[in-house]
Amino acid sequence: MARTPRTDSGAAIRIVFQGGTMETAFFLLFAGMAVLSALVVVVARNPVHSALSLMVCFVQIAALFILLGSPFLAVIQIFVYVGAVMVLFLFVIMMLDVRKDVHVRFRASAVPALIVLVILGAEMLALLLGSGHIPALSAAAGPDVAGSVKELSLTLFADYLLPFEVASVVLLVALVGAIVLAKKETG
Amino acid sequence: MLTITLGHYLSVAAILFSLGIFGIFLNRKNVIIILMSVELMLLAVNLNLVAFSSFLQDLTGQVFAMFVLTVAAAEAAIGLAIMIVFFRNRGSIEVEDVNVMKG
Repeated sequence: MARTPRTDSGAAIRIVFQGGTMETAFFLLFAGMAVLSALVVVVARNPVHSALSLMVCFVQIAALFILLGSPFLAVIQIFVYVGAVMVLFLFVIMMLDVRKDVHVRFRASAVPALIVLVILGAEMLALLLGSGHIPALSAAAGPDVAGSVKELSLTLFADYLLPFEVASVVLLVALVGAIVLAKKETG
Repeated sequence: MLTITLGHYLSVAAILFSLGIFGIFLNRKNVIIILMSVELMLLAVNLNLVAFSSFLQDLTGQVFAMFVLTVAAAEAAIGLAIMIVFFRNRGSIEVEDVNVMKG
């Protein structure tokens, strides 16, 4: 499809990455690293290792966002998750000192759950790969969405202004609630 | 050389979501790992939203991904605060010990 040249950085990134073997190679690299680090999150014995590999997973998914043509969301992802949420996790892990009592992580009776989960994952993949709609979607439009920050902000502040304000209230309530919960009892 | 389509991104997201459920079900010792698994599942949902947004040429998916990000941050903060209170009261954060409300 015809692509009009744009001046924003998202379009430049997309033109560099798209339509070639580079995109495929980068996708395979980032997706493989994301799945591997997610597996380490689940099976690692030490919570610190879990937190660090979750951080790796977040960075890989941010790279996938860039491949998808939304660099703004990738930056927000790194700021919020890697910068704030993971530091919070690591802080709590260090503060509670729960690193020693994790030697028995899995119950033996978890094998049926494991089997059910493997079946669930296989079902989801089969549905995805066997669906006739998804190839049609991919053929209809490549990842060429207007990923510029300007259009995203116009959508956010014009069509979704009320949800934006509600999200700020949610953050305020979470802030106050966390402080009230974690405060030491004075009485 | 294969071309990357929407199905590939959705497959990665499905694998990540399954790994998140896997972590919640199999982990019986540590509430922190359960919170991390929830974050992993929200991340998979975000990847789905952005992939559909990109392939459908519609920015709504990216806007909703930002809302999911907000809720995930709030959830992590509240969950960790609850965990600190629980640790202060019981001296442990094992899932098996969470039975205060059991009748």
